Amino acid sequence: MTALPATSEAGARVPMGASLRPLLRLVIPALLVVGAYAFMGPEQFVNAMTRGAIYALIALGYTMVYGIIELINFAHGDMFMMGAFVSLTFLGQILGLTGSITEIAKLAPLLVAAFFISMIVMGAVGVTIERLAYKPLRAAPRLAPLITAIGVSFILQNIVMLKYGPYQTNSPKIFPSVDIVIGTAKIPALSLFIIVVAVVMMIALQLFIGRTRLGRAMRSTAADRDAAQLMGVNINRTIAITFLIGAALAGAAGVVNGLQYGVSRFDDGFQAGLKAFTAAVLGGIGNTVGAALGGFIIGFIEVGATVMGFSRWGPAIVFGTLVIVLVFRPSGLLGQQLGERA
Amino acid sequence: MTAPTTVATDVVLKLTNVHSYYGAIHALRGIDIEVPRGEIVTLIGANGAGKTTTLRTISGLLHPREGSVEFNGQDISRVPAHELVVKGIGHAPEGRRIFSRLTIYENLLMGGFTRSKDENTEQVERVYELFPRLRERHAQKGGTLSGGEQQMLAIGRALMTRPDVLLLDEPSLGLAPILVQQIFGIIREINASGMTILLVEQNALQALSVANRGYVLQTGEVVLSGSSRDLRENEMVRKAYLGED
Repeated sequence: MTALPATSEAGARVPMGASLRPLLRLVIPALLVVGAYAFMGPEQFVNAMTRGAIYALIALGYTMVYGIIELINFAHGDMFMMGAFVSLTFLGQILGLTGSITEIAKLAPLLVAAFFISMIVMGAVGVTIERLAYKPLRAAPRLAPLITAIGVSFILQNIVMLKYGPYQTNSPKIFPSVDIVIGTAKIPALSLFIIVVAVVMMIALQLFIGRTRLGRAMRSTAADRDAAQLMGVNINRTIAITFLIGAALAGAAGVVNGLQYGVSRFDDGFQAGLKAFTAAVLGGIGNTVGAALGGFIIGFIEVGATVMGFSRWGPAIVFGTLVIVLVFRPSGLLGQQLGERA
Repeated sequence: MTAPTTVATDVVLKLTNVHSYYGAIHALRGIDIEVPRGEIVTLIGANGAGKTTTLRTISGLLHPREGSVEFNGQDISRVPAHELVVKGIGHAPEGRRIFSRLTIYENLLMGGFTRSKDENTEQVERVYELFPRLRERHAQKGGTLSGGEQQMLAIGRALMTRPDVLLLDEPSLGLAPILVQQIFGIIREINASGMTILLVEQNALQALSVANRGYVLQTGEVVLSGSSRDLRENEMVRKAYLGED
């Protein structure tokens, strides 16, 4: 379920030094992080975090939508791609920017505007897609909305291809390429910016889901749609808001991606979407903390593979990890075990 | 105990010729039911007779394809469930449908989703007075409660909005006899405080002993109705539902 905080109740019945478990839960991840840092060095560590942050932002949309209507929204990766195009259209084609902007007083409002516009536009697109394509199929067998989602994915890709062509389009890298030097390591300021933006959004999302009235509506709808209605929750509106937030986060990831890589193409959403979806499953689909965690893990696996000289094997290692995790924890790292939904 | 002195009874719920479907299944075939204010009305009948469907049609989880549902004189047959909660229909559904990962207290707050914080603080207190057991276990997760406790929570949760009418679906299902007694005692108590109740039960004997009047449903139709006393003495009811020869 959407972000009821993962507690220790999952797997409590597993016969294994029960008193050690909470400790292991903290120690093992801590060791992994320290190990990754020692192995990769600070520069690649930050690189992995940056990539992971982008995957995590996309993965949140997959997991939220799955949590609430049990749909794998295959068009979600394309929302990320479109978010990047909204941003490059605004910054490059409307404002005519090309290079970096070094004055913070000018840069900050531009960044805020780019995020704002991309998130609003993509949020609106997400709500519209839900209304037109998925809502009419809510009572249909699960396969129907799934196939529809694949269709929506093609439609979005083709819309962008018609408008921008099948080539890469430049996205203005308005963020100056300044490095922050820590000891001998040079960390790009942009990377830190991306990580901070992503983490702030994730925390805001957790607070929203955990503390607000709409968040309660979302959690109850995910747990039991009929019961939620009987509590007075407007489930149509709640589902629409879930799509809105998921799509807006994908839009934000698109902006970030444009700043980082400087180019976008109509099919960018496919690969990124696949990996983000993997992240959501790895973390436990339906669980927002799990999706964020999964995103970062995949970032680390990819960059780790590159550091070891296996960059071409990156995807294989990512999916291999997924297979191994699912063998031992079929519902993902933080997913609830089956049967808990009494 | 009917009250024959009351003239022009105030009707809270009135179903007229209601037809409801589950997909292609014609579940309700023209049902007429009236629930007067302040009374307990019960729907009895076998599995699959349409009792639960009737409640779902009233609370808006299902919309009738034909016929009308009137609540306080207003046609609500097209009003979505979440708006009816605000209008004053409380529904403790079949199977209790407690939020298993939320605590008792959080479940009650969900029941008051449409109400203000102050109203909820006050009402939670009243529910705890009615069910002291829930107060004792207020921090316990819904999924870990016993069947009886879950039923109390389901009723308490439906009372959080202080509804005009309370729909109870099989409150005694799966409970030990002593708990059944307790639940029916509470139903009486809630009714004594002025609450109108529409009660669906398989336990016809218990239901007819608390209700003012009843309707007998069979395959989506009302086959018999009347005061509880009359129904208890009816030959068919005695044979089919009270297990007498």
